[in-house]
Amino acid sequence: MSSKYETVIGLEVHTELKTKSKIFCGCTTEFGGDQNTHVCPVCLGLPGAMPVLNKKVVEFAIKVGLALNCDILHFNKFDRKNYYYPDLPKNYQTSQYDLPICLNGHLDIEVNGETKRIGITRIHMEEDAGKLVHSGNTISDSNSSNVDYNRTGVPLLEIVSEPDIRSGAEAKAYVEKLRSILQYLEVSDGRMEEGSLRCDCNVSVRLRGTTEFGTRTETKNVNSLTGIQKAIEYEALRQAKLIEAGGKVDQETRTWDDAQGITLGMRKKDEENDYRYFPEPDLVPIVITDEEIEAARNALPELQDAKIARFVSEYDLSREDATILTVAKVTANYLDEAVNAGADPKTVSNWMLGDLSKMINENNLTFAQSKVSPENLAGMIALIEKGTISGKIAKKVIVSMWETGKDADTIVKEEGLVQITDTGAIEEIVKQVIANNPQPVEDFKGGNGKAIGFLVGQVMKESKGRANPGLVNELLQKFLKD
Amino acid sequence: MATIHELHTKLVNKEISAVELTNAVISHKAKVEPVVHAYLSDSHELALASAKAVDEAIAKGETISPLAGIPGAIKDNICIKDHPTTCASKMLENFIPPYNASVIEKLNANHYVSLGKLNMDEFAMGGSTENSALAKTANPWNLECVPGGSSGGSAAAVSSGSAIWALGSDTGGSIRQPASFCGVVGMKPTYGNVSRYGLIAFASSLDQIGPVTRDVTDAALVLNAIAGHDSKDSTSIPGQRVDYTKALVNDVKNLKIGVPKEFFGDGLNADVRKAMDEAIETYKKLGAEIVEVSLPSTKYALSAYYIIALAEASSNLARYDGVSYGLRVSADNLVEMSTKSRTEGFGPEVQRRILLGTYVLSAGYYDAYYLKALKVRRVIKNEFDEAFSKVDLLLAPTAPNTAYKFGEKINDPLAMYLEDICTVPANLAGIPGISIPAGMSSNNLPIGLQLLGPAMGEETLLRAAFTFEQARPDCQLVAPTGEVSL
Repeated sequence: MSSKYETVIGLEVHTELKTKSKIFCGCTTEFGGDQNTHVCPVCLGLPGAMPVLNKKVVEFAIKVGLALNCDILHFNKFDRKNYYYPDLPKNYQTSQYDLPICLNGHLDIEVNGETKRIGITRIHMEEDAGKLVHSGNTISDSNSSNVDYNRTGVPLLEIVSEPDIRSGAEAKAYVEKLRSILQYLEVSDGRMEEGSLRCDCNVSVRLRGTTEFGTRTETKNVNSLTGIQKAIEYEALRQAKLIEAGGKVDQETRTWDDAQGITLGMRKKDEENDYRYFPEPDLVPIVITDEEIEAARNALPELQDAKIARFVSEYDLSREDATILTVAKVTANYLDEAVNAGADPKTVSNWMLGDLSKMINENNLTFAQSKVSPENLAGMIALIEKGTISGKIAKKVIVSMWETGKDADTIVKEEGLVQITDTGAIEEIVKQVIANNPQPVEDFKGGNGKAIGFLVGQVMKESKGRANPGLVNELLQKFLKD
Repeated sequence: MATIHELHTKLVNKEISAVELTNAVISHKAKVEPVVHAYLSDSHELALASAKAVDEAIAKGETISPLAGIPGAIKDNICIKDHPTTCASKMLENFIPPYNASVIEKLNANHYVSLGKLNMDEFAMGGSTENSALAKTANPWNLECVPGGSSGGSAAAVSSGSAIWALGSDTGGSIRQPASFCGVVGMKPTYGNVSRYGLIAFASSLDQIGPVTRDVTDAALVLNAIAGHDSKDSTSIPGQRVDYTKALVNDVKNLKIGVPKEFFGDGLNADVRKAMDEAIETYKKLGAEIVEVSLPSTKYALSAYYIIALAEASSNLARYDGVSYGLRVSADNLVEMSTKSRTEGFGPEVQRRILLGTYVLSAGYYDAYYLKALKVRRVIKNEFDEAFSKVDLLLAPTAPNTAYKFGEKINDPLAMYLEDICTVPANLAGIPGISIPAGMSSNNLPIGLQLLGPAMGEETLLRAAFTFEQARPDCQLVAPTGEVSL
């Protein structure tokens, strides 16, 4: 069935913006807090209160628009979207309708090694609604509900894609890439679980080779990246089966049940609201000049694609490693900082992908919170290069650095880990090891080359790992030949 | 006639104290209120405390603001912290705002004294104050007549002397028309000149707070106190503060006054027409140049106004759903609770306007009604701009008729809407207007003369109004109960 039908997907991504204050008042946007404590007459929609636009929201929207290759509308405006719901204190949402801040953008994603361009229809600014707190576990087993207005008025961007996406995997890649950009721009946390990034999936199917769109459904309540892929795959299959069985798809809003792994019908199209949009008379239109757009463009940070390209060309990293190291901006910054502190990029990359990633993941941290600073990592790498410590000792040093926060120099000195490069001192140990292990010595002399490994190990053990391994090898060869 | 400026002089000269003055107005109010019913709630204690503070300032030899210690009152759609603000609606009968409107903050800084909150048409929807769900206000000139509306309480209070001045709000004539009906001065400033923050919205793109006073000088004094940019109102006009009293110049010699013929149509009452002719003669004698002008789209103004105002109102009033404040009627589920709360909380005119406003914004009707109305609005604004490129001001009646009897039009909404024909164009264009007394009708009811100016042209309006007032003492009459004895 999957080869007979083609899936057509368009995504509506809502992201909360991490401005300090709400979009139309001075209340904090901080997540959590006691119920109804981050509120004022404006976000509570009290009679007579009026909105004043937070300019940071416009600034953030322009950044996102430019990063997604959009046209920024020099003249855009807010509109009222009218519908009744108790989490919406004014019973209208202040949003943007026919003149949103950004239009006509695109985002390139990579799936199975191939690049694909996904169109961005529009980006608009709006206010978030509050939260219903039900007395029971779900709305259906509750006798009453309270409304928490703390989230009311938190700024949102809605990013609407063209129906250019053709699979759940593409959809997942699109949202992942989008989230990375939002995080790079430092405009959003992009946490799907906390709801700071939400995704509605518009899905339809059609016979492969046809160009007309099938009837679409909109699936809400998808709150993880894997959920997006699963929900779309489920929904596409459900629609295809329905058509195969001679039925037809209803245009409706559905909800994703993550536990059961299925989508469920919520409401049909004829039950949808007529939002009666009209221009918000309490706000004036937003006018953006070319100068402001250019200034924003010049202030854009280097995004993931550009970073990957630079890491490959300048740092000589593999494309795979560069991709992993640039998913999060803080990880890429760590690499750059260690390199700036004088370390070889490839060596830094190896430590980051190896020992350091392990410690960071075990502690549930990011590279921004690493207990080994990029400068200290560079310092440790310098000690290896100078021959002060071996790579093996370095693995111990980095653990101590993590635990104590001290630099490699200090650790090496305090713990006496300086590599022994004094030939005389090593000679003593080598002689002793040869004397104490007659059998392996015999084996080696009898032609078993591998026996030397055991002897090197013994020397290293005696020196507590501090002997220079190259020197040990050289001296063993010399004495065993004698 | 007790005015702000006369009483201010008396306070400064210590002929009377602010507490004595406040008590005198409270006593007068006690006499007239049983028949006029201009007030919905009182704040006498607070008024006396404020008056006492003003007396202390005077005793210390401090300079007091012109409004300090002069008892006024506020239309009940302007929020005052910790005081009931009802919009004359059952929906908000028990609503107490936790914040002050920006105009109240400004008045506080002027040490204002307020005796209470004034009646109005519910949510400012109406032209007779008969739509108040909480009180019936009478016209002080004839107790069988309406005071006009929606700021009927404001005009009736100032006319009957139960307040020396008042604040009203004007969406389609709601300050000017009741001022005209009650024989007082009412001014609608330029849209954006006075902050709307804390004014409970009827139609956001048209609403404007303004003064209702006993003479033009007082209008300038109140406007001085309330006008100016406010960062809490995004539609507020930025700019320097203006001293409007400087505009009170008794001279119109180089002014060109336009008479728009469309405001003098068939429906105009003969007495009103006569008063307008006399006013034109007065201005001619004073040396102003009178020219006839045309605002051809005036005939579409009323339709455009009712579409835009009601569309905005349907959205502005959506918040009254019984969820977090206002009237809540219990029910088994949410939708029923909101439906019952809105059915019981809103009066018939408010419900009618919400329905009409919802209709004109609905899918399939938006282009034909709302969008068309916006285009008409633009044309009307352009026609005013064109007129003001030729003349300094426009002169017209404030209302086609004088005050009518209670019940005369309440069952004919369309006839009631037609009474707004002379006032709504200014709101659509966002320009300032003032209504001043221009004589009495044959049945002894006041007639209002309306002057309209270009945006931010308040000073020219005040100058022309002041000059007329000086030239025509015959028009400066006090309602039968209006003289306050001090």
